[in-house]
Amino acid sequence: MDILLSSISQGLIWSIMAIGVYLTFRILDIADMTAEGAFPLGAAFAASLIANHANPWLATLVGMLGGMAAGLVSGLLYTRLRIPALLTGILTLTGLYSINLRIMGKANIALLNQTTVFSAFARFSNTTQVIIVGALLVAVIMILLVLFFNTEMGLAARAVGDNPDMSAANGVHVANMQIVIYMLSNGLIALAGALMAQSNGYADISMGVGTIVIALAAIIIGEVLVRNLTFGKRLLTIIIGAIIYRLIIALVLWLGVDPNDLRLFYAGLLTVLLALPWVRNRVKTSTRRRLNRQHIATLNAQDNGEEKEHADNDK
Amino acid sequence: MTNNAVLTIRDLNQYFEQGTINETHALQGINLTVTDGEFVTIIGGNGAGKSTLLNSIAGTLPIDAGQVILAGRDITYDDVTARARWIARVFQDPKMGTAQRLSVAENMALAAKRGEHHSLFRIGTPHAARPRFQEALKRLNLGLEDRLDTEIGLLSGGQRQAITLLMATLQKPKLLLLDEHTAALDPKTSATVLHLTNQLVQEEDLTTLMITHNMQDAIKYGNRLLMLDHGKIVVDVAGEQKQHLTVPDLLELFNKASQEEMTDDELLLARDE
Repeated sequence: MDILLSSISQGLIWSIMAIGVYLTFRILDIADMTAEGAFPLGAAFAASLIANHANPWLATLVGMLGGMAAGLVSGLLYTRLRIPALLTGILTLTGLYSINLRIMGKANIALLNQTTVFSAFARFSNTTQVIIVGALLVAVIMILLVLFFNTEMGLAARAVGDNPDMSAANGVHVANMQIVIYMLSNGLIALAGALMAQSNGYADISMGVGTIVIALAAIIIGEVLVRNLTFGKRLLTIIIGAIIYRLIIALVLWLGVDPNDLRLFYAGLLTVLLALPWVRNRVKTSTRRRLNRQHIATLNAQDNGEEKEHADNDK
Repeated sequence: MTNNAVLTIRDLNQYFEQGTINETHALQGINLTVTDGEFVTIIGGNGAGKSTLLNSIAGTLPIDAGQVILAGRDITYDDVTARARWIARVFQDPKMGTAQRLSVAENMALAAKRGEHHSLFRIGTPHAARPRFQEALKRLNLGLEDRLDTEIGLLSGGQRQAITLLMATLQKPKLLLLDEHTAALDPKTSATVLHLTNQLVQEEDLTTLMITHNMQDAIKYGNRLLMLDHGKIVVDVAGEQKQHLTVPDLLELFNKASQEEMTDDELLLARDE
């Protein structure tokens, strides 16, 4: 039960990151590495402000705005300077490492006994606090995103992801829409980072490493569960995907895997998930071929039978 | 020249791979005035410059030299997005003209706002617009009026091309560009879409440039015909003369103008039936 609850609490925070990654990954069709810099950026802002006794909600908001600024930088590099998307992310990510160190002043900030966004629910256990705040935030984010993508601007943004040429021909400012998505995406990712720091009780300079792999795994688990969904329902499956992912991790740790080996496991699991469409295809093809071989065997048997008949008649 | 010109092109030159040995002078000093309500068909062999001309007008290709004026406004240095306010376009590939994962209604809503500001504070596909979209779809006679919420990528190429045409007229453009928009369709669907094109152009009184590979179609539709060859306009007929034009006439005109015999191969390709 404890494991389930803590997986849900962790999964809710990760799902905010996964939703952010989903925006660039599925709407713009870009795997944006900025995520791995924006996540610790949100954590760095939130942790250093909270350590200085700032309002935790304000600190979290600043973290999110920082992420949006990082998204703006990547978006500008990608759309205005036409730097390929993968390199854009790596450039911003690398630059952010120094910026995050500057913000934190050191590699690690502890948040023991500080007031965090979870403190409002202090009468509940730590896990329950995170679940309450996480669920509230996820609900608000989902409602806002669904609303946004149904506005004129949101519709234009979705069209840009689908068909930039057609969008431009209909007067959509393609680059601006791409930048908007970049900013929304990295804002959410930094928000997840800010919450994670408060939930874990510390911010660390290296906490972003491997996070995009976790987010992508959550997205793909959601997509494997149910295929072809509308945007709002898709966000729901991502949340479920993130929780399932945390359960898998909890199971792996319970089985006695060394936490130091976890990232290797993350990479392996995502590889398997990404290979699933190929595997599904192979299974389909080999089934079809097996059935066809039986079909051909029947045809052969019939032909042989007829030939024999002819031979008998000739006699 | 009348003064109700919609499109004026002055000494338009386009080069590909300029400064290399592969340099091509794709458009060689095109001068063209299209007046209000003209339906111009454009023919020419491969590499004649038809698509280059259309891309230059739409803004897809930056202009190397010359001037493009649309409805009295110099748009030479405007990009595709800026020109979208006045120009609507249907591409050759049905996939190009619509956003595949969006529904029919969403695609139409986007097109209905062509060239306008996309507000954060207005609904993208307002419920109130649906009757209008349904009404428009009914004109296609393809039974699409009940499929407003279907993902457009699930429709056939012909259906999508018909919708793209309709989308181009939801917000009446100053100029409609059709770039071999039936070339990727089977002959029967192609004929249907062409018929629909003609109907829409007539009803909405749209100034139109239509590229086609098919000489018959070029003669049958429109009230002016241009033939391009090696980046130049070599034939330009309109009115009476255009009405009585036949394919042999056209070939003779071409041969006279370009002073080179069109080969049988080209003729076969051009007739393409």
